[in-house]
Parts: sequence; C-alpha cells; structure tokens
Amino acid sequence: MEQRFLTCIGCPMGCQLTVEMDKGEVISVSGNTCKRGDIYARKEVTNPTRIVTSTIAVKGGDKARVSCKTASDIPKDKIFAVMKDINHAVCEAPVKIGTVLIPDVAGTGVSVIATRNIAKVS
Amino acid sequence: MKSIDIVIVGGGPAGLAAAVAARKAGCDSILILERDGELGGILNQCIHNGFGLHTFKEELTGPEYAGRFIDQAMELNIDYKLNTMVMDISRDKVVTAMNRTDGMFQIQAKAVILAMGCRERPRGALNIPGYRPAGIFSAGTAQRLVNIEGYMPGREVVILGSGDIGLIMARRMTLEGAKVKVVAELMPYSGGLKRNIVQCLDDYGIPLKLSHTVVDIEGKEHITAVTIAEVGPDRKPIPGTEERYTCDTLLLSCGLIPENELSQSAGVEMSRITSGPVVNESLETNIPGVFACGNVLHVHDLVDYVSEEAARAGQNAVKYVKGELGTVSDSTKGRINLVATDGVRYTVPSTIDPDRMEENLTVRFRVGDVYKDSYVSVYFGDERVQHRKRQILAPGEMEQIIVKKQDLLARPDMDTITIKIEKD
Ligand SMILES: Cc1cc2nc3c(=O)[nH]c(=O)nc-3n(C[C@H](O)[C@H](O)[C@H](O)COP(=O)(O)OP(=O)(O)OC[C@H]3O[C@@H](n4cnc5c(N)ncnc54)[C@H](O)[C@@H]3O)c2cc1C
Ligand code: SF4
Repeated sequence: MEQRFLTCIGCPMGCQLTVEMDKGEVISVSGNTCKRGDIYARKEVTNPTRIVTSTIAVKGGDKARVSCKTASDIPKDKIFAVMKDINHAVCEAPVKIGTVLIPDVAGTGVSVIATRNIAKVS
Repeated sequence: MKSIDIVIVGGGPAGLAAAVAARKAGCDSILILERDGELGGILNQCIHNGFGLHTFKEELTGPEYAGRFIDQAMELNIDYKLNTMVMDISRDKVVTAMNRTDGMFQIQAKAVILAMGCRERPRGALNIPGYRPAGIFSAGTAQRLVNIEGYMPGREVVILGSGDIGLIMARRMTLEGAKVKVVAELMPYSGGLKRNIVQCLDDYGIPLKLSHTVVDIEGKEHITAVTIAEVGPDRKPIPGTEERYTCDTLLLSCGLIPENELSQSAGVEMSRITSGPVVNESLETNIPGVFACGNVLHVHDLVDYVSEEAARAGQNAVKYVKGELGTVSDSTKGRINLVATDGVRYTVPSTIDPDRMEENLTVRFRVGDVYKDSYVSVYFGDERVQHRKRQILAPGEMEQIIVKKQDLLARPDMDTITIKIEKD
C-alpha cells in the first residue's frame, strides 16, 4: 500500500488529497470536498499530462522567436524531452497561429504548433 | 484639430474588446492609440496557456487570445496607431499623443476609453537597505526577456513574491534549464492561483516558503546570494530563521498596480484602494464621456472578465456619443452608493444610477483576507437581499454579484447598497 499527497486544482479551496494506491491501482481518494477532486486525483496519479508552452527560434521573421505550444497535453514525464526538441528547433518565417513547427515532438505523437503570427521580412 | 468619436488609449485586450464592441454598436469613428510596436498588450509575453476558458470555451495561450481580438478588430477595419504614446488627456477630451511619423499631434475626442493596463509594483517592495547589484529583475521584465527576446537572465534563481507572474516564471525558467531554488512569500498565503502553485512549483519540486522575506542580498557587481528569513505576525523577520541561497538572479513578483498618470492629470477621480478610477454603472469616470476598463480600472486575473468589462465600456461610449446614455443628475438624488465593508475591499462600479443601468449589472469586488465557510451578503439599505454561502473566498480571486434594475427601480428611496462578508 502506498500513499500519494496532492493539492486539487479544481477551485481555490485547494483541498489536500490523499490517494491510497496498491500496485498502481487507486484504492481510495480522501480529503476532497467534491467529486471533481476525486476525478482529478485519479487522473493525476495514473496518467498525469500537461500542455507545454515555450518559444522557437525563427529565421527571416519580423521577430526573433515565435511562441508555441503542444497541440494537446503530453505525459508529464515527457516535459523535458519535449523542451529539448523545442530548443533544438529552428523554423522559417512566415508562421501563422496553428502552423505545425515540430511534428510528433519527442515521440509523443503530439505536434508543437505556433501560437502567434510572424511575418516574413526580406 | 482632427476630431474622432471614440479614442481608445491602449491596444491590449481591454482596448481591443472596447473597440470591437463600439464598432458593433454602430460607431464608425474609432481610433486606438498604442505605445508598443504591436497590438495585444501584456498578453504577447504571456505565452503560457490558461486564457479564454470563459470566452472561447477552450484554453488558449496569451498571444492566441490576443490574436482572436486583433483579427476581429482587423475585420471591422478599426483604425489604430502603433508606437504612439499618449502624453495627455484634457478635461474637455483633447488627446495629445506623439510618434515618429506624425510627431506631436492632438485629437478632439467625443469620448475617451482609458485602457492603459497596469505595471508591476516597483522594487520598493524589497524593503532592505543597501545598493542593488545586477541580477535583480521584476518577474514581468524577466518574462519579456525570456519569452520575447529569448534571453535567459540567469541560471540560479530565487523568487520573492508568489503572485501568478512569479509562479509562471518559476516554471518557465526551470523549463529553460535554470534552477529555481525557492519562492519566498511575505504573506501567510499565496496570492497566486492554486493551479499555478501545483503546476509551476509542485511539478518541479520548487519549495514555496510562506511568511518569509529576503533579509540580505550579497554581491558587489552582480548578485551572488540572498538570505531569506521567516516573519512573525508583525511581518518582521524572526532572528535565527535565516537561510542563505547562492544565486545569480533574484526575481521580484510583488503585484501589479494600475497605470494612471494620464487619468490623474486629466482630473479623473481615483480610488485609493484599487489605484484605478472611480466609475459609475456605465464604467464612466467623474468626467462625462471618459470611460475606463481592464487593468487600468482594477487589476484582473482573468482576461475574460477584462474583455467583457471592456465591451461594456465600448457600448456605453457609443451611447454617450449618440447622446443616448442620459446625463448624470448633478444632485446625488437617484444615485446609489455601493459600500464595501467587513472584508470586502472595494467594488467596481462605486455608484449606480438605476435609470442608466442595464437590466442586470455585474458588480465586481475583492476580499481582503482568506474566508472559509462564510457568506457574501448584499444589503439594499438595511434589508438583506442576497446571502450566499461560500466555501472559500480569497484575495487572489475576483468575486461578483448581480444587481437587477427592476429591484432598484422598486426602491426609489434607497441610497446605499452594502456588500459584506458574514460568518452566518
Ligand atoms: C504575467 C501575467 C500573467 C497572466 N496570466 C493570465 C492567465 O493565465 N489567464 C488569464 O485569463 N489572465 C491572465 N493575466 C491577466 C490578463 O492578461 C490581464 O488582465 C489583461 O491582459 C489586461 O488587459 P489590459 O488591456 O487591461 O492591459 P494590458 O494588456 O497591459 O494593455 C494595456 C496597453 O496599453 C498600452 N499603453 C499604456 N499606456 C499607454 C499610453 N500612455 N499611450 C499608449 N498606449 C499605452 C500598453 O502598451 C499596453 O499595450 C495575466 C497577466 C499578467 C501580467
Ligand atoms: S475537491 Fe472540489 S472543493 Fe476541493 S479543491 Fe477540488 S474542486 Fe475544489
């Protein structure tokens, strides 16, 4: 039996949650005031995911960097692998919001897309 | 002198939403003046996600949220001037501005919308004597350096203040390879959102020390270490609790303050609590035809509320220009004062003229402390009309109540509405 302690992010209450786990299976969640805390805790201990946002270098644009994000959430333990790919990437202007900058980042199957427009300068 | 119906000062989310709403309400003479080189305001440097859940039902990053409003403004052919600094607004609404191509110029506006946003509290927050070595930045400056310029201010970081910008930057710098050693917060609670504490600090094992402050900074040319200590209830450091952290960067995240030099010189009446203008139900200041919205009015944490509030300012400005807003009676008769007391710090608006209000008016406010299992109560005169139980109320979250026009018209003699926090 193993215990995990979390803070629920569902609302400003920030309930302190305790999750009882056995061999990777959730046995119980306690400390939550409402159902959302239970759902959050189960997802967070079995499959935590995050959206990663950063910037990528641009060549020939009216700005030196373009802001970007993973098109959907990626496993939490892949955050730094995703950042490594982002920091090695260079893209060419023009870029539009939604342009795919890195397909399948760090083998997650998720792409990194631009979150702002960059115009080309000659 | 050139004449324009509505001049909007600031092209951030507030200015953009006001312009879009004013155009949709039928005004064809609108000009946005923005001192920066692009529209979008502070959102351009807020590259993290978490914007627009209310407005667009999806989680956008700051630039994407700004992008949606910029697109709307472009589709509606709204005029704007970039790199243009507004220098002065006179009581009779002559706007003086300056840029490189036009030099200094003046515009006679029929209505003005103040949307200048806010800036970070100055370093004075760092209440320790001595001179300042290099390596000390406000969190927002660091955000601009990292996200816009692509420049990392340092590798070993200590953050003072746990406002959202500080939390966001703790994660941002960690992702870029820096070691964020600690976030120290003077208050016994964080002003930041729970979600940011979990996803920006807990995710990366960054400790948050509540009731702590910086008591010493080392380094001659460049910062080399800081010492933090626990503070007692009097917020004075407790001897013997000092901890030293070597670092090359200290970020200060000590809150935001509305940017109102322009409003003040125009003669706009200011609130000492919000540091923003005092406004009536129409978001109009004491100068008829001068409106305020967004962070220049009071600091918002959700941009969705900024957009909604700004749209109302835009619509009201159009009514004013068309002469449909109705004049404010010179006597206080018919005007209801909103009183914030017992834990409620302020309300926006401060007064309501029932004849000029919409059917349902949103009144926003903040509390001054953390309250658990308490009630938000609204009194019309002495009569309690709303009494809503809340599990938690915190200074970091803006609250709201709705006031109905019919309820006010039914009470012609009422002159105050009181909002307070009650235990039962
Ligand atoms: C770091 C940070 C993180 C945030 N995170 C979130 C979040 O996750 N989710 C969320 O919903 N909200 C968030 N917010 C809040 C939200 O972004 C702001 O409330 C919103 O941007 C305020 O809009 P505004 O138009 O009032 O101000 P601003 O965006 O500051 O725009 C004001 C504009 O006015 C211009 N200006 C000022 N003075 C003059 C002058 N004299 N002449 C001409 N132009 C002038 C400025 O250049 C600027 O462009 C965050 C805010 C900050 C600062
Ligand atoms: S469990 Fe429910 S009440 Fe508690 S923080 Fe989560 S959402 Fe809020």
